[in-house]
Amino acid sequence: MIMRNSEVISISLRSLNDVSPGTPVSIRKLHATGAVRQRLLDLGLMPNVPVTVVRAAPLNDPIELRVDASAITLRRQEAATVEVDEA
Amino acid sequence: MAGSIQVALAGQQNAGKSTLFNALTGARQHVANYPGVTVDKKYGHYSFNGTAVVAVDLPGTYSLTSFSLEERVARDFLVRERPDVAVNVVDAANLRRSLHLTLQLLEMGLKTVVALNMMDVAKGRGLDIDIATLSARLSVPVIATVGSRGVGREELKQLIHDRSRRPQQALKPVNYGELEPIVADVALSLGEVALATSLPSRWLALKILEGDQQAELLVREHMSADKAQTVLEAAREMAATFEAANECDVCDHIITARDAQIRAIVDGCVKASATKGETLTSRVDRVLLNRLAAPFFLVLTVYLIYQVSIVWGYELTNYTWPYLAKTRELIAGLLPNAGFLEDPYTRSMGLWLVDSANTLLNYVPIFLILFALIAILEDSGYMARIAFILDKILHRFGLHGQSTLPLILGGVFAGGCAVPGIMATKGIPDNRARMATIFAVPFMNCLAKVPLYTLLLGIFFVEDKSLMMFYISTMTIIFALLVSKLLTKTVLRGQETSPFVMEMPTYHLPTVSGVLRRSFERTWIYIKKVGTIVIAVAVVVFTLLQFPGLPEERMAYYESQAITAVEKFQKAMNGTSYAAVAEDENIVPLVNFYSNYKRAKLNAGGAAGSKRVAETFQAENPAFYALVKPPRGDKDAKKGRRALRSLIRTRMTLRRDMKEERITNSFLGVVGRSMEPVTQFAGFDWKINVALLSSFAARESSVATLGVLFQQDDDQNSSLEDRMGSETRSGGATALLAVSMILFFALYPPCLATTVMVKVQTGSYMWMLFSILFPTVLGLTVSSLVYSIGVATGVSGIQMMTIVYFSALALLIIVGLMSDRRSALRLRRMTTEVSGGS
Repeated sequence: MIMRNSEVISISLRSLNDVSPGTPVSIRKLHATGAVRQRLLDLGLMPNVPVTVVRAAPLNDPIELRVDASAITLRRQEAATVEVDEA
Repeated sequence: MAGSIQVALAGQQNAGKSTLFNALTGARQHVANYPGVTVDKKYGHYSFNGTAVVAVDLPGTYSLTSFSLEERVARDFLVRERPDVAVNVVDAANLRRSLHLTLQLLEMGLKTVVALNMMDVAKGRGLDIDIATLSARLSVPVIATVGSRGVGREELKQLIHDRSRRPQQALKPVNYGELEPIVADVALSLGEVALATSLPSRWLALKILEGDQQAELLVREHMSADKAQTVLEAAREMAATFEAANECDVCDHIITARDAQIRAIVDGCVKASATKGETLTSRVDRVLLNRLAAPFFLVLTVYLIYQVSIVWGYELTNYTWPYLAKTRELIAGLLPNAGFLEDPYTRSMGLWLVDSANTLLNYVPIFLILFALIAILEDSGYMARIAFILDKILHRFGLHGQSTLPLILGGVFAGGCAVPGIMATKGIPDNRARMATIFAVPFMNCLAKVPLYTLLLGIFFVEDKSLMMFYISTMTIIFALLVSKLLTKTVLRGQETSPFVMEMPTYHLPTVSGVLRRSFERTWIYIKKVGTIVIAVAVVVFTLLQFPGLPEERMAYYESQAITAVEKFQKAMNGTSYAAVAEDENIVPLVNFYSNYKRAKLNAGGAAGSKRVAETFQAENPAFYALVKPPRGDKDAKKGRRALRSLIRTRMTLRRDMKEERITNSFLGVVGRSMEPVTQFAGFDWKINVALLSSFAARESSVATLGVLFQQDDDQNSSLEDRMGSETRSGGATALLAVSMILFFALYPPCLATTVMVKVQTGSYMWMLFSILFPTVLGLTVSSLVYSIGVATGVSGIQMMTIVYFSALALLIIVGLMSDRRSALRLRRMTTEVSGGS
């Protein structure tokens, strides 16, 4: 099947919100600004850092991540601002 | 104090900062507030080698920007107070993330000591940290500690002492690469600010380049307006040029450079011996946070907390109450004696105050248990999991995952208490959600509302009692959620919010001392803060209920009644061997003797105590005692006792009638009457108004006040339920009125103690006032609608309640679904932005 270039790009671009539990990914870019951005950075969510989604809450939101040695939880709303690459 | 050292403990959340603080200072701690905010300022003292040391526990922060309240408070303290030494508490298991704060402290030019805390956890994870190398690379002393076991405490004290004696070193811990020339330029222009604030100009420059508002404020404070403007604008321009040239945000550049530096420092310092597989925490979480099992464990935890603190704690008060009653007796004995009809104000006011205080102190056992359990939840790390599980639902209504506990404490099923509920809002990191929680908690089912519900259900809903109770107990959470959503969308709109991005702490075994300390500390805050204000307001309510008092002719009437009764008694005693006892000057002491004896007997407890009471009273006045407890075969004494009892009954009736009349005439009574034109739509007459008004002092008193108001002749021995039933029914009251009252009571303003807690937790009298006015208006509106519509359409009470219940439920579901759709839309938009953005 032939795909146009732009489609290929939009498929390879995804956020933490789309990652299913257990898949290792790597952070590409933070799209949030202000306090959210600062908090993400503070908790070690920086570009090129490997991240794994551990689980989603029983009601599907928020989600839990493993970053370095620590477990981080964030709402999907915030997760959607973190762009990731397949690791 | 000359020669004393001030130490600030700074560290990230969950780094064990508080535990280490406790280990350092022991029991000598105090809690205050930072000026203008509700963040706790904890400080403690210890002495080392004869030097006094003051240690301040700063709020836990990840870095020193000014995005969150805690960070602003912590940084403000470091900037303005310039502590002699900063102890940076670092989570050894999380070194890389923690060192960001360390480097920021160093950039601020603080004399820093690093306490590498929770070394045991790090070791458990197979991490081996080369402390000497780390210390050398950071150029600061580093020491390994385990705060929970006091490991490294003395060495840390020694280090702090040494560090404070040595001069400050100029450090440039991070190299910012391409940004360096700009930093140097800006730093040069900030020379005079640096001098005035004794902060390094390099740090100021970095903050200005980051666009930090607090730092800009500092510059404006210490420079002329023109000059500050020029300098700031120049810095902004340079930052913009840099961002354009490097296609990179200055803040990002700074943090990336710092992170690179940290990698270089950590590299080779930390050795991870063969990764030991899954940690204990993640194994436990696989069970506790399992999608299906999580709700079960959550309900179990909540149920246990409720059972142990509220139910068992309440039972415990049965054992502690007698002590409070004894204290009351003791104080009653010290106050001036009661008069025949009227008591001296010092007595009635004194006892009123003691009663008000006792009502609060009665809750102390509950609070001790409750706060201990909360401390366990917090320290163990489960509290963060509760937030994780429930955030989605609560977030929809403007609340936060961590609002769960306050709402539970406020009373989900059979009753709770709003005071600890509001106190527990402290940990909610999002300010707007915290405020919404504070105002939602009082709508939950407070324990003291239950007697009134029981009373009304007993009168009007004998057949539908259980259905009504189900409605009442589940409706509260519906109301609480709707109210918080309403407030979030309106008055709380402008409040600061924080992102829900937080660390899930590793599980810890809470320490006994830590838990007990927190439990006592918070209970003490309750007693101190709520106690003092409740006493003050009790005085006001007392005055409103007592004055202006009875008109002269009514007073004269009661006095003549009293004289008649006394004369009757004296006539009966005439010619007996106890005639002298009945003389005028003996009457008041005699009746007081009688009632004191009865009360003492009631409180005596046990046969031995009872005997002791008898002996004391007999010794005090043998002649009086003979009338109270006639000796065997003494006919005169027996006759005397009969006459005395009749006198005392008359006295009681007169006093109660006077009390009722006084309340009717009192300022509060007048207010209750003047409210009738408004409250009539809800079906409330002035008596109900007065009861509701006085219940503000303490909810429990509403039933008591109703009791006084719906009093009938003394010989008519019917229960309050019957009396209220017959009186209100004859006045045309129906079950509809009861529904109206129940709804008003459910939405009614919180009791005094709660509003005081609102003041403490929001830090503002305005919000306290709001917490009183808003529910009043809301409750009155709902009750008026229900009553007026009910009267117009002729539906029965239970039908009306059913209609109200299901309307509220429907509204809740609609609001919940709507906000779900909105957030889904927002999420999609954001995702599109991410995909389209690059």
